[in-house]
Amino acid sequence: MIVIDKISKKYLGAENYSVSNLSLSINDQEIFGLLGPNGAGKTTLISMLCALVKPTSGSFTINDLNYKQHKTEIKKLIGIVPQEYALYPTLTAFENLKYFGSMYGLKGKALNEKILSHLEILGLEKFANKKISTFSGGMKRRVNLLASILHNPKVLILDEPTVGVDVQSKNVIISFLKELNANGTTIIYTSHHLNEAEQFCTKVAIIDHGQIIVEGKPKDLINKAEDLHNLEDVFISLTGKELRDYA
Amino acid sequence: MHKLFASTYKEFLLLKRDFGSVVILFVMPLVLIITITLIQDSTFKTIENTQIPILVVDNDKGEVAKTMLEGLKSSEAFEIVTKDTETEAKELVFGGDYQLAVIIPEHLTVDLHQKVNNNVDNLLQNFGIDSEEKALEQPEVTSKEVRLYFDPATQVSFKNSVKNGIDKMISKIEMKTIYTSFQKQLSDNPDDVVFKTDNFVTFKEILPKKDNQEEYMPNSAQHNVPAWSLFAIFFIIVPLSINIVKEKSQGTFVRLRTNPVSYATVLGGKTVVYLAVCLIQFALMLAVGVFVFPKIGLPTLDVSGRLPLLFVVSIFAGLAAIGLGVLIGTIAKTQEQSAPFGATFVVILAAIGGVWVPVFIMPKFMQVLSNISPMNWGLNAYYDVFLRNGSLSDILPELLLLLLFFAATTILSIFYNEKKHAV
Repeated sequence: MIVIDKISKKYLGAENYSVSNLSLSINDQEIFGLLGPNGAGKTTLISMLCALVKPTSGSFTINDLNYKQHKTEIKKLIGIVPQEYALYPTLTAFENLKYFGSMYGLKGKALNEKILSHLEILGLEKFANKKISTFSGGMKRRVNLLASILHNPKVLILDEPTVGVDVQSKNVIISFLKELNANGTTIIYTSHHLNEAEQFCTKVAIIDHGQIIVEGKPKDLINKAEDLHNLEDVFISLTGKELRDYA
Repeated sequence: MHKLFASTYKEFLLLKRDFGSVVILFVMPLVLIITITLIQDSTFKTIENTQIPILVVDNDKGEVAKTMLEGLKSSEAFEIVTKDTETEAKELVFGGDYQLAVIIPEHLTVDLHQKVNNNVDNLLQNFGIDSEEKALEQPEVTSKEVRLYFDPATQVSFKNSVKNGIDKMISKIEMKTIYTSFQKQLSDNPDDVVFKTDNFVTFKEILPKKDNQEEYMPNSAQHNVPAWSLFAIFFIIVPLSINIVKEKSQGTFVRLRTNPVSYATVLGGKTVVYLAVCLIQFALMLAVGVFVFPKIGLPTLDVSGRLPLLFVVSIFAGLAAIGLGVLIGTIAKTQEQSAPFGATFVVILAAIGGVWVPVFIMPKFMQVLSNISPMNWGLNAYYDVFLRNGSLSDILPELLLLLLFFAATTILSIFYNEKKHAV
């Protein structure tokens, strides 16, 4: 279980808090969607959960482990799928996965077999020994995902895992994530694809200006008012139609 | 340990796949060392074996001018070309056709003899010895000036060496004239040898000896290979810092920060691979010195009995260079920052470390600064082994400094990284 307690983040030199006094609980084996417009604070929140950004105040625990005292243990529990392709372009898919698997202490035949079986599940077995630089966006996304789950994380955090991929790749990724979830992995996921989130998530929170403005099961949120037909309607009704450009 | 091994293997693969970088890393230092040694050796040979044409305007036509010309000819460094007028010689030198013109003034021989005779007469009179010319009134003699014209492009070291040579020659002529004058005054027989004019004090260069007591004469290869090998080793800073910055820009560093692996382990992998690169570079440069130099007319690099110590120095110099590369890569945000800074910084370190100009001829402040350059420590250690026949105990202080530098820069990098990304 993930418990976030009054967490805030204000970047150096920034006028406003990116995340402000945010509290949230995510149950085990949940598929939790963090939704919000650009600059709402989604990436900052998950960056704090991944130990990439230091909270200005507040704290969180993952499986009762406090992030301040158990940084390394938390890192072993979680898997992160960053938005960008965090892979070495001149290494093959297999070499990338072997290296990142090794960083979790995995090794030998067991690791090799795991990599090959996962590549097969995601339809990449034929490309195991091809360099990442030759891969399409969808293929890179799938390898990017695999690099984060080889150690069987209890919690998988994904930052827009289906952005820029074709429908086929998206379906494979979502199916794979559902399978992981069925096997016990809690999933926290950010996305701008609200239809996808509506279908995929067991629970969502809509964040704006660094705070949660609504939280619940997608269907429950849609059923709150008669003129709301889907999650996108809920989203627009809460965050407005104004552009959220920021720099 | 497994993570370190995996990191090392990953770095090896990254380097292997970047063929252009591998070529640059291994071929460019060899091109550098051959080019520099060829230039320096040919300069050395130019001074030693070929004659530089110089102009002489002899307005004296006397014995002193003749002695000077003989002195210049006997040095075998110059080919004498005589000209009639100072103006003509000056124009040719300032026009860059010749490097030097020597203008011997009018009546130099006569006036020098007169001046010396006057002095000897006065001296003998003071001692109460009658001079043959005491009755005659001594004519006034004005001092003479040998004028030198140098091509403005001529190097200061060459000018100084020529000035010193001519000064020494003139002093010798003056001394000889003084002895001759005394001899004339003190003896009626011109064949009597009153003064022995041979040099009483001479000098001899004592060279270091090898273990087998054979004298060891360093050549230009012995000077150049260690200095430029060190320069090449330190250039590892550039690809290494780019490698670290690239990890940050391509997102893999972010992923590694979320993995249960320390920054020290990530750096450890880089250190092992780039140290191996340094040692291979060094081995190739030695091989070029030993096997290629003699084939292209350069002196052979003598590494006999020194190889183990040379590699020990290279390991420590390589570590110091890697530490610096890691620090630059950790602090820099872009390749545009790390690459030019790294390259320029290596050149600065080389300059203050004595790779280009020997430290002892630097200004005092720069000599002090030189003591804190890791390249200076490395160069001294190489010279101790290559030129001074030093042992491990002789180079231990330099090795320790290089190791401390590596430790300090690496710890600083880890500390900086932790501080910047503290959670």
